[in-house]
Amino acid sequence: MELVSQTTMNGLIIGGTYALTAIGMTLIFGFMQLVNFAHGELYMLGAYFTFTYVVMGKMPFWIGFPLALITVFVLAYILDVVLLRPLRNQDILIRMLTTIGLMLLFQNLALLIWGPVPQRVPSPISGESIEFLGLRVAPLHLLVTAAALVVILAAHYVMQHTRMGMAMRATFQDREVAAAMGIPVNRFYGLTFAFGAVLAAAGGGLLSMIFLVTPTMGVLASSKAFTVVILGGLGSFLGAITGGMIIGLAEAFGATYLWADYKDAIAFVILLAILMLKPNGLFGKASGVE
Amino acid sequence: MRGTWIHSRWTLPTVGVLALLLPVVVTSSYFVHVLVLAVIFSILTLSLNLLTGYSGLLSLGHQAFFAIGAYISALLATRLYVPFWAGLVLGGLGAMVGGYFISRITLRLREAYFVIATIAFSNIIGLVALNWIDLTQGPMGITGVPVPSVFGFEADTPVKAYYMALLLLAFALLVCRRLLDSDVGRSMIAMREFENLAKVVGIDTRRYAIIAYSVSAMLAGLAGAFYAHYMKFLSPDVFAFDIMVNVVVMMLAGGMGTLTGPVLGAFIFTVVPEALRFSNEYRLVLLALTIILLVRFLPQGIWGLVVHRVNKVERLVEPGTKVVVAGKRRETGA
Repeated sequence: MELVSQTTMNGLIIGGTYALTAIGMTLIFGFMQLVNFAHGELYMLGAYFTFTYVVMGKMPFWIGFPLALITVFVLAYILDVVLLRPLRNQDILIRMLTTIGLMLLFQNLALLIWGPVPQRVPSPISGESIEFLGLRVAPLHLLVTAAALVVILAAHYVMQHTRMGMAMRATFQDREVAAAMGIPVNRFYGLTFAFGAVLAAAGGGLLSMIFLVTPTMGVLASSKAFTVVILGGLGSFLGAITGGMIIGLAEAFGATYLWADYKDAIAFVILLAILMLKPNGLFGKASGVE
Repeated sequence: MRGTWIHSRWTLPTVGVLALLLPVVVTSSYFVHVLVLAVIFSILTLSLNLLTGYSGLLSLGHQAFFAIGAYISALLATRLYVPFWAGLVLGGLGAMVGGYFISRITLRLREAYFVIATIAFSNIIGLVALNWIDLTQGPMGITGVPVPSVFGFEADTPVKAYYMALLLLAFALLVCRRLLDSDVGRSMIAMREFENLAKVVGIDTRRYAIIAYSVSAMLAGLAGAFYAHYMKFLSPDVFAFDIMVNVVVMMLAGGMGTLTGPVLGAFIFTVVPEALRFSNEYRLVLLALTIILLVRFLPQGIWGLVVHRVNKVERLVEPGTKVVVAGKRRETGA
């Protein structure tokens, strides 16, 4: 029984981090209809910039982490202007291939810049395990999960309850009408992409204290985020949170009770099952399905 | 589009003879080895192009079929001492059966969903190859795979292997040509351009797409089977996404939706990096930049550009005959 509840706890903590990487994608994939294969690499860059500022630049985490997010925001906005904007009306194949190129570019630039040795960002709080609801948890894990939830709720608030969020949603509902109403749609494409990128980078920056930071850490993050977004439904924040928790729990239980070797296959099997049985996900509308 | 050198009946035999003479000119056995790899990659690129170039469906899990063919053939040869030619045929058929079942499931999906589903499938198959150690020996890989040999002709040198691989490439080209000239090819192009219209006029696009996908998987499986025997070693590395990215670049650079383009792309992107001896990290950075720049500035690829240039003169004769719709690639049979 204790194993069951401990596994549940581990699953929920991992699930929270999956949800965090997935909300950025639900924004870019769900709202912008852009299949961003480089999403995991933005997550990876969030981790590396945090590492650069905190470990190499010797800044406190509370300054280095926001700086990393700003760096990724600027980078993503430039990417949208330079690379994605000219391709906006192109075939979806062209845009997918561009993001695949970006994925490969970032991975290998990271390898050249930061090297192949895995890095780690030291935790700003002590690592002693504490009792929480009768279970042993590292306070760092609790902190990261709480931070992830705060970021998700803040993103939800921005999208649903601010004028900026309203303008973003209007832009992707009907570009022409939004433009006619005076919304600078090009700027909002860039802002949404950068916002989604920052959410991915926040995931990477927070998890850089728990997991090792490597140039290829984004690959699995991307495929998990795709799974969570499709499971939860495109463009749904609630879906991203629920989906993240489901995948986190499925992996924790699968690894504990089935085969640990196939832990990473669980997400893919769930992904295929969802695509076959309920392609619009738990909370979303269908698109891209025959 | 008649009367240019591209369509001359001498072009194909000339290229064929040049290909046959290549090992005479290239004396370094290492470079002949690179040429063999180029031929194997040509087949794999043709296989992806058969699906993506004509139907517009991007499969990013195609290396799984290459790997299935490779594993079937290598396991049959090392465990059951099945001869190479039988392993090659069974590897191709095994990949085809895999392609049939996977396409039955994935072809319900379109665009991004299709791409993601193909990635998911190849990842699952890759994890099985990595973890089913009793069968595949996992990350240690299968060693001692016998060299390709057909009726006593052993491809034990790169030059011999090169000729055998060329034969396989000729077969692959023939299969592609025949398929594209049939209902399947025309339906795929119809599906790429106006899928709903194609359905309205009664074309069962799904059925044709399943056929195309299965044949494409078979070609990838054949290439994989040959690769395993040629390299004499096989490990789950053949599932690496890098291989897939390479193949995508080869297809894009050469020219999607043509038969010459993928072969050209495969040769350029196998031979040039070897000749320039790039270190791996820089090679991948350049590859990434190549993808981004190609789709932006040269979506029709090198061969597409050549065809366009050569045909330009004729096009000026009849300026009214504009065949480009919404900036998509149009060359289909070059």
